[in-house]
Amino acid sequence: MKKVIMGNHALSFGAMLSRSQVIAAYPITPQTQVVELLSEMCASKALNAKFIKVESEHSAMAACLGAALAGARTFTATSSQGLSLMHELLHWASGGRMPVVMGNINRAMAPGWSIWTDQNDSLSERDTGWMQFYCASNQEVLDTVIQAFKVSEKLLIPSMVVLDAFALSHTYEVVDIPDQAKVDEYLPPFQPQFRLTPSEPHAFGGLTSPEHYFEFRYKLQKAMEKAPALIEETGREYEKMFGRYLGLADPRSCDDAEIMLVTSGTAGYTAHVAVEQLRGEGFKVGNLRMKVFRPFPFDMVREIAGRVKKIAVVDRNISYGHHGIFYQEVKSALYGMKNAPPVFGYIAGLGGRDITPKDFGDVARHAMANERPEEEIFWIGVKK
Amino acid sequence: MTKPAQLDRGRKETTVKNRKKAERISFQSEKDMPIAPMSVGSQMHNKTGVWRNMRPVINLAECIQCGICWKFCPDACIYVENEWPVIDYEYCKGCGICGEECPTKCIANVEEKR
Amino acid sequence: MKKERTFKFTIPEEELMNPGHLACQGCSATQAMRYVLKGLGQKTALCIPACCWAVIDGPVPYSSLEVPIYHCAFETAASSASGLKAGLEMVGDTETTVVAWAGDGGTFDIGLQALSGTAERNDDIIYVCYDNEAYMNTGIQRSSATPYGAWTTTTPVKHFKRRPKKDIVAIMAAHKIPYIATASVAFPEDLIKKVKKAKDIKGTRFLHIFAPCPTGWKSRPDDSVKLARMVVQNCIFPLFEVENGERYTLNIRPKEKKPIHDYVRLQGRFRHLTEEQLQFMQQETNHNWELLLKKVDAK
Repeated sequence: MKKVIMGNHALSFGAMLSRSQVIAAYPITPQTQVVELLSEMCASKALNAKFIKVESEHSAMAACLGAALAGARTFTATSSQGLSLMHELLHWASGGRMPVVMGNINRAMAPGWSIWTDQNDSLSERDTGWMQFYCASNQEVLDTVIQAFKVSEKLLIPSMVVLDAFALSHTYEVVDIPDQAKVDEYLPPFQPQFRLTPSEPHAFGGLTSPEHYFEFRYKLQKAMEKAPALIEETGREYEKMFGRYLGLADPRSCDDAEIMLVTSGTAGYTAHVAVEQLRGEGFKVGNLRMKVFRPFPFDMVREIAGRVKKIAVVDRNISYGHHGIFYQEVKSALYGMKNAPPVFGYIAGLGGRDITPKDFGDVARHAMANERPEEEIFWIGVKK
Repeated sequence: MTKPAQLDRGRKETTVKNRKKAERISFQSEKDMPIAPMSVGSQMHNKTGVWRNMRPVINLAECIQCGICWKFCPDACIYVENEWPVIDYEYCKGCGICGEECPTKCIANVEEKR
Repeated sequence: MKKERTFKFTIPEEELMNPGHLACQGCSATQAMRYVLKGLGQKTALCIPACCWAVIDGPVPYSSLEVPIYHCAFETAASSASGLKAGLEMVGDTETTVVAWAGDGGTFDIGLQALSGTAERNDDIIYVCYDNEAYMNTGIQRSSATPYGAWTTTTPVKHFKRRPKKDIVAIMAAHKIPYIATASVAFPEDLIKKVKKAKDIKGTRFLHIFAPCPTGWKSRPDDSVKLARMVVQNCIFPLFEVENGERYTLNIRPKEKKPIHDYVRLQGRFRHLTEEQLQFMQQETNHNWELLLKKVDAK
């Protein structure tokens, strides 16, 4: 059934269709609509779930972890300050192998207070052992939530479904909301490998000496390594049932590109528009909109990079003292590759500054005009 | 993996039986380990009796079977055999609470010699 | 041997806590656990944050208890328990009692927000705070449960703790939860009676258990039960219950309040106190006792 809904509500519908059983969430702009709609769904029994109205994001994640350990399917959503408040517990979720799914609205970190979009909040959590999916349409958001549950529960790794503040969270788009019965068929109830119950008592997460800790973490990494293939396989199953395939990335016009943009989030769709325009003007430009950031899809990136002459990564984030984060990771993925193309790194749109097709045009022309980058960082639109 | 308790575990039969079952666990490979950090065995493998430098000894002739020593033991290592208290010296840490609380003062503190 | 008699059990026989655990000699935190589990039975799940019990239970891959434990982050005893209870109910287990089991640090200080949230929502869990009056697990640093006059590593003798002990029961009563009780390991029958009473009540129940710590208090290991008894007899830690945040019931009203001196002189952490400071402690105790009696006697 098609409905015109906002990105936040796409998260709510995804959580509802996935039959989440315990939701614990705390409001934060621009996430509030996610939990407001979920509250209504729980109250009207459209969703049979317990909604714990916790008193902070830290408690939200703590409650989700307790519920996940009991064997329930859990969901929460947050943004920027709230996500950072949960930070300690993000490590807990992955280390404890609890498959929580969380929606994160990418919002710039304070100070100063900003409610607009950039990616530093979620990317600051890239080392916590969570899978990260970056969406650029409300349809993608809804579809990704359902698939995230399936992949997370299979691998016992938590995942976050990420969308831009306002540009996606509050933007209304047509979304095809799948039929509950079909989703049930695709995503059966959670079958935990282990759970907390007095009938088989264990102590979970106790003191772990150097004799054992290393192996537990080795197991987590090994599971993450299985994720790219599983995401693609799960995606193909989804495509068979619902007609839409997500996969690890959304490449456009990359096959014969001389310059390939690398983007994520809604800026990725803007870049698609720019690529069309530039192609019309005769530039051989392509765009790789990355969807899965963790696990990092090394094989996919290397394969596509092998076919292009130059890469221009546009980051809506930065790791201070270093560079844009997608830039760093793409560049390091290509290290040692024969004929690896030069990688140009651009920072744009921090704090919600608009990124336009013209900006991508400037990026493409700049990369075209230079054999290799003469500087590490190119800033788009900063009033210097 | 610890199993649910039996009733009457204040009494010797079940208490000592369960303690004998506990073993040290050593993993050869990560494949033998559970997927996440969790317990799979009993802490009873750890014989804390070696901590002791003072050993409590109950004089049963003076004991009035009031139950107080069994009740207050922080290590749950006094069990009951044939209605009399027995200290399990494999675990007793020698804290002395049993002797201190005994109403007839029939528990003597003896220096542990090693 | 004497004439045929049976051994007297004044509390349930079943042991759900095993020996071999890593507690210090004379640890009352373990007595507290032993008694609470006897009161609740095996269908219990514990959320244990960072505290002595996080270590006492034994390292991975072992456990000392016959009940399952979720070792959770320090501040999250209450929020983890709220989530665990919700999760268990959603997977069909409505019988298991979920208990947040935290020390004074994880309750009075870092865990207070989560506790307040859980209590305000009246989530269906039992919160047990075993109070040894400092952050013992990390090496005896002060908490807001540390009483006036005590030495700790962060309130050394020259700067001993001057602020009074936080009144956690008053804070919990302000949340209007159905049941609050104080208990002491020296009175196991009273403690277990309260645990059983709490078990049958729905909503947030809070138990504050006084648990001496020989290591942190610099007291003799064999004095732990004695100290836990004296603290009730001298009214420093009265045993009482609060229902719905308003109805106070005193369980033991000593006919004659014992002076605090005997209690204080058994502990090295108070050794530096002058007679004047001891007087202040006695006055503070008297004052708090009078305030409690007013609440108890108010009809």
